[in-house]
Amino acid sequence: MPRPQREVEKVNDLKGTLIRLFKNLNKWKYLLVIAVIFAIVAAILSTVAPNKLADVTDVITEGIKPRTENIEKLNKEIYKHANITKINNIENYKELTQEEKLEIFNTFKYKKIEITREDQVKYFDILLTMDKETINEKALVKLDKIPNSIKSFIEPKMDTDELTYRSVILGIIYLLNSILAYAEGIIMAYVGIGYSKNLRKNISKKINKLPLKYFDSHETGDILSRVTNDVDTIGINMSNTITSLVANITLFLGSIVMMFVTNWVMALTAILSSIIGFILSFILLKKSQKYFVRRQKELGELNGHIEEIYSGHNVVKAYNGEESALKEFDRINNNLYDCNRKSQFLSGIMQPIMHFIGNFGYVAVCVVGALLVMNGKTSFGVIVAFMIYVRLFTNPLSRIAQAATTVQSIAAAAERVFEFMDEKELSDESSLKEKVNVKEIKGNVEFKNVKFGYNEDRTIIKNFSANVKSGQKIAIVGPTGAGKTTMVNLLMKFYEINDGDILIDGKSIKQLKRENIHDLFVMVLQDTWLFDGTIRDNIKFNRKNVSDERIWEVCKTVGIDHFIKTLPKGLSSEVGDNNNISLGQKQLITIARGMLEDAPFLILDEATSNVDTRTEELVQKAMDKLTEGKTSFIIAHRLSTIKNADLILVMKEGNIVEQGTHTELMNKKGFYADLYNSQFEL
Amino acid sequence: MIKLFKNLTKKDLMIVLIVSLLVIFSVYLDLKMPEYMSDITILVQTDGSKMSEILIAGAHMMACAFGSLFCTIAVGYFSSLLSARFSRTLRRLLFKKVEDFGLTEIKKFHTSSLITRTTNDVTQIEMLLAMGLQLIIKSPIMAIWALMKIIGKSAELSMVTAIGVVIIVVTNLIIIMIVTPRFAKIQKLTDNVNGVTRENITGIRVIRAFNAEKFQQSRFDKVNDEITKIHLKVTRTFALMDPIMNFVMHFQHLGIYVVGAIIIINSTMMNKLTTFSNMVVFSSWGIQVIMSFLMLTMIFMILPRARVSANRINEVLDEEVNIKSGIFKGETKEKGTIEFNNVSFKYPDADEYVLKDISFTANRGETIAFIGSTGSGKSTLINLVPRLYDATDGEVKVDGINVKEYDLKSLNNRIGYIPQTAVMFTGTVEENVSYGDNGKKKATLNEIKKAIEVAQAKEFVEKMDDTYKSHIARGGTNISGGQKQRLSIARAIARDPEIYIFDDSFSALDYKTDSTLRKELKKYTKNATCLIVAQRIGTIMNADKIVVLDKGECVGIGTHKELLKNCPIYKEIALSQLSEEELQNA
Repeated sequence: MPRPQREVEKVNDLKGTLIRLFKNLNKWKYLLVIAVIFAIVAAILSTVAPNKLADVTDVITEGIKPRTENIEKLNKEIYKHANITKINNIENYKELTQEEKLEIFNTFKYKKIEITREDQVKYFDILLTMDKETINEKALVKLDKIPNSIKSFIEPKMDTDELTYRSVILGIIYLLNSILAYAEGIIMAYVGIGYSKNLRKNISKKINKLPLKYFDSHETGDILSRVTNDVDTIGINMSNTITSLVANITLFLGSIVMMFVTNWVMALTAILSSIIGFILSFILLKKSQKYFVRRQKELGELNGHIEEIYSGHNVVKAYNGEESALKEFDRINNNLYDCNRKSQFLSGIMQPIMHFIGNFGYVAVCVVGALLVMNGKTSFGVIVAFMIYVRLFTNPLSRIAQAATTVQSIAAAAERVFEFMDEKELSDESSLKEKVNVKEIKGNVEFKNVKFGYNEDRTIIKNFSANVKSGQKIAIVGPTGAGKTTMVNLLMKFYEINDGDILIDGKSIKQLKRENIHDLFVMVLQDTWLFDGTIRDNIKFNRKNVSDERIWEVCKTVGIDHFIKTLPKGLSSEVGDNNNISLGQKQLITIARGMLEDAPFLILDEATSNVDTRTEELVQKAMDKLTEGKTSFIIAHRLSTIKNADLILVMKEGNIVEQGTHTELMNKKGFYADLYNSQFEL
Repeated sequence: MIKLFKNLTKKDLMIVLIVSLLVIFSVYLDLKMPEYMSDITILVQTDGSKMSEILIAGAHMMACAFGSLFCTIAVGYFSSLLSARFSRTLRRLLFKKVEDFGLTEIKKFHTSSLITRTTNDVTQIEMLLAMGLQLIIKSPIMAIWALMKIIGKSAELSMVTAIGVVIIVVTNLIIIMIVTPRFAKIQKLTDNVNGVTRENITGIRVIRAFNAEKFQQSRFDKVNDEITKIHLKVTRTFALMDPIMNFVMHFQHLGIYVVGAIIIINSTMMNKLTTFSNMVVFSSWGIQVIMSFLMLTMIFMILPRARVSANRINEVLDEEVNIKSGIFKGETKEKGTIEFNNVSFKYPDADEYVLKDISFTANRGETIAFIGSTGSGKSTLINLVPRLYDATDGEVKVDGINVKEYDLKSLNNRIGYIPQTAVMFTGTVEENVSYGDNGKKKATLNEIKKAIEVAQAKEFVEKMDDTYKSHIARGGTNISGGQKQRLSIARAIARDPEIYIFDDSFSALDYKTDSTLRKELKKYTKNATCLIVAQRIGTIMNADKIVVLDKGECVGIGTHKELLKNCPIYKEIALSQLSEEELQNA
């Protein structure tokens, strides 16, 4: 039944998207075509079957009616063999005695069956009590008493060979139909699921090819919903919808054709009696759509309100906001109740109406069919066939309508996925020939008139120049949101600079491959990114052949070895759902991960705002170890630790507003000095 | 499940009764219809029947069809009424219950789970009632009734039908048994796919910096393979359902005809016609029997899911709320005092105490600060004042009266609480600042403006498009974390409380804003008592009293200077943030 559960989604280019989807199916394309062919053949078999059932029925009906026409023939035959002279007084036949009756008839053979004179007498005795015109139930009771030799000519005779033959054919049709339907289902499962697996894989690969800009400007949830929801929508629906659409269209057209072939009067009856119902249900569908859309909206609003109140529970309670929250909840809840009821009801009565259409058609077919049979214009088997055709004919339409909406949502989902796949990828770097060898590098960095802006119309780093010598420590400071990560983005070539240049050991990063640059840097960021896996996996990360000894070694340097040993599973403890690992400890694990990498440059975001002060000290020590012998760029949050930095870059609202050493900047009495002094005030 | 349905009102139960009666009547009509068909069959096959007789039988069938239509529409009306009513009631019950929860209960369930319980789980129950109710009432009645009609007619034909029913029910149950447990697994694997993708996106900088793209891709491929495998298994199993069902229905139809034909051959002429008409009716009823058993098996699919939801809802409704309101609403002699007498706290079911034997007093206008490492219990401690938790032992007094004796509203009216993570509500800046009810009249616009100014939020609020009437998006996503925190502080100021509680509310602010804000606040609220939890020494250095906590125990109380001298843990914390020389200068 069409249950418009969700809003019909808007597709910008339905045809284009579907064509692209089909082309995109690659090797599954052929399987899809096979499945569609199977579906069509199965549907054709379904439409032919009732016609064959009619044949079976007709063979059976032939076995019901007494062959009254044979009575005349038989009587003539009996007359021929009887002693004609004795029956001139036939009006008095009823009054004759048994012996007298017997004298009239002679035993004879008719069609190899011997009919004795006794049987003939009994036969006439029964025949004479009967009304000649109608064969009703009473008559049948009497006919049943006729002696067997004679009865065999009158008794209805079913052609058992024909019955067997036609039943077997029908059975084969049914069997084939089911086998084809199953095969089609299996093939489509492979197509839908295989294709969605491939799509997911491609999306995941695509993520690695997109510039960071994409992720900074798009929500994670949006990308996620493309990987799961949209891909599932495509995969699951494709398995059921496409073949169902084709099969049902075939069924619909096929049953119309077969109905007209079988009997046009009844075909018209069946179609006309269904049309009214279809129109009615179409109107209802349109009407209920409105309520479903509203329902979705109200549900969203209710969700939002609940989320807000539940997650702000402490404030709601502490500020006595319960009553107003409940009032708002009741308002939305009542609205939801209203459209819930209406949408449920309207979509709920679709079913009875379709059921009624079926019944209406059934009755119409029965009555019209019965009239036709009585006038001898058709056979009873046709009625039986049409009882099935009515069902075959009414079911597909609603399914076609349903499939059409599903195709719409497949297209909408595919469009979103394709849109993502079409996003501009990182520039191709295969032509870049320059390379910096990690082992031979000195560790100098030069910023030359660097200009950069996230948007083209807003340059936030204007003409920045600095010369960083090997082993120096560069600190980047500024209030939250001042754009401290911008420098990281540029150094790591996450973003391309607009103008100027950054040189590593004299080589422009524009000429170096991203991969090569990344090899030169160790990076430890503020958001302690750990993946779902063991501590060992997280420290090792993508490096192969790292021995446990080496891992313990870095853990010791970082100072987390003791903690890991206290965990029951040690290095094999899962990070994901382990509540025993605090934020600070997670940060230590990421530092250990960085330590394993031997690279000349270090980028360190030392934010520890969520870590308590004593763990912070531990982290700080680990970080100090990490900076040893490296040219380091430190995003600093505590000013006391960077006083000895060789260069401090002070950032505010995206710009570098001041640069110099601690003493220089303090003497300047500018923004940095302000920032520094504020930590001692109350 | 049954327990949940005890929440149905008398009126709801009346609706259930009406639905049941209507369903029974519609089943009666549905089953009656083939009988007229049987009449027509006999009329057609008997010579000399009149056309009018056929039309009368047809009219009867039509009447049945119409009757059935109206019954089912009425059933639809009442069951949608019932499901909407019941889901509204459930949602309201849940919402009210959660509002009564304390932090202990919230933590036990997790906020996200509570949200899904109030929304998705209720929707599941709603669906069960809207669609399942008819199914649950109709299918057994239909199945039994149709069976009874059949069995009386012909033993042989009944056998054919019975075989069909058995095959369908058994295969369906097997399919459901194979598929249902895998659904839960699919859900989990979907979470995994989501999880790895989320990792890939959130860790994009790290992954690229380590050139670990291939490594992550292989992790993704693994979960992708897993979910594909199980999807295939489930879909393949499901693919069996329709063909088997069609196969059985068709063969039952054919079987009835063939068996019918054999019976006709062997019966007397008188019985041939009745057997034939029986046969035709049987094929109709047979389909109805199979359909109703099919519906019965569907119930086995819907019910387990609904039961899970029902249990989840019940868990919330059954949860005993620990924190109950007292009755004291009156005036107190003291104002703005807080007293902790040997207070200990542990979570219910936990062995370890989070707080042990804490005692201190705060007088009107004093600032008391709490410092200590994570897990030292400082947040828990101040949460005892507004009764977000209740002390396990000892007593917490506000204005000289135990907090447990207060009417909760009256207690909250004395307190301005600012949580660690700022909470914003959908609405305007003004609405957010004047949020809640403090037992006095609503704050005026001037008071709101003043509060915003003190909270150092005036500058950015006035820069917003509609200044004080600017819209705050759901969850405050259109303003920054620091801005949210300042508005959250303004909210407490607008409340004009005797006591301020800052639960680490300053860490989202930079040093400069932090210190100006505190300076302004001090000026504005001279008489208010402040409890401050903080991590930065700078934030608390000038407090009247600093309480140093370590593993739930109080290891020192005093001023900054005193503690530097006699509290080693305090000194350690201080030195980790500022150099010795800086500490001296401060």
